[in-house]
Amino acid sequence: MSATTIASPGYARRAAFRRLVGQEALLAVAIIGLAIVVGLINPRFLATRNLSDLLLGNAYIAIAAIGMSMVIISGNIDISVGALIGVLATISGSLAVAGAPIVIAWVVPILVGVAVMAAQGAIVAYLRIPSIVVTLGMLSILKGGLISVTGGKWITDLPQDFHLADLSLFGVPMPVIIMVLATVLAALWMRNSPSGRAIYATGGNPEAARLCGVNPQRTVLMVFALHGLFAGIASLVYATQLRVIQSTTPQGLELTIITAAVVGGVSILGGVGTVVGSTLAAILIAEITSALVFINVSPYWTDALRGALILATVIADILRRQRRAAQGWKR
Amino acid sequence: MSLGVETRAFRVSPWLKRHETLLALILLIALVGLGAFNDRFLTIDNLLDQGRFISEIGLIALPMTFIIITGGIDLSVGAIVGLCAIMLGYSWKNFGFPLPLAIAFALAVGALAGFVNGLVITRVKVPPLIMTIATLALYRGLAEGISQARSVRGYPEWFYFLGQGSVFGVPTQLLVLIVLIVIAGIALDRTTFGRTLYAIGANETAARFSALPVDRVKLIVYTLSGLASGLAAWVLVSRVTTTRMDMGAGYELDVIAAVVLGGASIFGGSGTIWGTVIGLVMIQLLKNGLALTGVKGDATIVVIGVALILSVLIASSLERRRD
Repeated sequence: MSATTIASPGYARRAAFRRLVGQEALLAVAIIGLAIVVGLINPRFLATRNLSDLLLGNAYIAIAAIGMSMVIISGNIDISVGALIGVLATISGSLAVAGAPIVIAWVVPILVGVAVMAAQGAIVAYLRIPSIVVTLGMLSILKGGLISVTGGKWITDLPQDFHLADLSLFGVPMPVIIMVLATVLAALWMRNSPSGRAIYATGGNPEAARLCGVNPQRTVLMVFALHGLFAGIASLVYATQLRVIQSTTPQGLELTIITAAVVGGVSILGGVGTVVGSTLAAILIAEITSALVFINVSPYWTDALRGALILATVIADILRRQRRAAQGWKR
Repeated sequence: MSLGVETRAFRVSPWLKRHETLLALILLIALVGLGAFNDRFLTIDNLLDQGRFISEIGLIALPMTFIIITGGIDLSVGAIVGLCAIMLGYSWKNFGFPLPLAIAFALAVGALAGFVNGLVITRVKVPPLIMTIATLALYRGLAEGISQARSVRGYPEWFYFLGQGSVFGVPTQLLVLIVLIVIAGIALDRTTFGRTLYAIGANETAARFSALPVDRVKLIVYTLSGLASGLAAWVLVSRVTTTRMDMGAGYELDVIAAVVLGGASIFGGSGTIWGTVIGLVMIQLLKNGLALTGVKGDATIVVIGVALILSVLIASSLERRRD
């Protein structure tokens, strides 16, 4: 694969371009197509109320998937993010209920998110421990820590002005604004800035990246810190939507976020993918979950479907890469 | 190339021995310490009880040691436990299978689940980490979908022998585990199969060029992992008397922590069954000791998470100093 890139950068760039446009266009078509099909079966699916609930309720997954995409593109993985979002939401809610200024309740979780993820990034980058081990350990630390500290007690009586997600601007709800803004900014930054490109370089080939003057270790640390930032923002959108914060870790959330990133076209081998794709994929997954209800399929099948979706995408991605590599060798 | 592996094994093994001796020493100190701290801890009853709780994780930790030695990982084991538990209960209750057949069916499903992991990992070359994250979602999802969150109970009395009975005072499942530990230990140390695992983990390309059946061996270890998860599901259902779809959730953490704590390198190429057994015992003693001193179950997960990260940190810094 690297031989292809070296032999004909133009070819590789065109192929990558085709592939990216392909994945995003495919997702957009899938989102619209699915809406039409399910709408024909059950028109209530297309009710404005349902569609906006669908977007609002899942914006935080799309936001978290931005950071996850960066992590995976850099050649790493993180399975602690679901637990982290649970912890941050609890911190946020507890602060608000304890009477802290609302801005504090909004900002502190984001800072904590950055700190936790940066710590993990530092261990991965500088101590060279595989990210799966670090984040698996962190997952249990956060999960166990949260339950033993809170005892799983629910946080109720949140102050009225805590609910950032209830606000809207020009009629557009805040979660959607944040989701779109975060996606566009992250996409532009990753596409055009040197540090954004460094993520792709590091994930594609760390050694080559180093020779091109990219510091792979600093890049990985930066990626994890940014991932923490997006996880913090996601937890903010998530927590301020809820009337009751359950102070437990949302079950399987990390898998949904990883699925969104991978189905969005982020290659699990690193080096390829966009956050526009991951946001579209998050919307598609939410749409599928909601559609199941409207066509009378038990919601207990959701996880199996999500698993099948991620499996199919991963296998398709690898097969496509192998085929392209084979073509590259022939040229 | 075989020379390369041998020199490596030769170079690594004295350190490994030291690592295990060190672990055994820590274990001894922990035992004495916990015993001095709590007089209920060092009783035969308590220790045998702990043997009961160790078995499910232990059964899975054996093939996981193989997998980690090859440089792979299997995160789907907990989900396979859930799926097999559901298949056992569901096929007995809903298909009307006789219970022995239902058990065999559940074991077959476990082996198949592991085989699918291995097949895609070796044929399509999907990295094990990603493949087993995907099947973690898929297998757990199948358990949820098939069971529709309904639990199964009311198994006949004989079924509980494996999970609750004992032979000469030793818990049945502990005996099963001990037999399998011996078999796994011999297989890893004394057979071509076992040595091939080290060769793959040390240098997969070199192993291929030495005409070792790399793909077949990998396929076998992932299938064994699924089969062992099925066996663990059987033991678990028999012990707790009900089948629920969330069974085995989070097992991957305990299993991987035990193997890594036991000195297997997460990068592949090293690790022993004896190390894993010590790691296993340490984790259970930690849990039990903490529980006896009044720490709740949730806090013990924190300790295991810390232990996992620390053991890898220490192992890798020792390794770097050696280099």
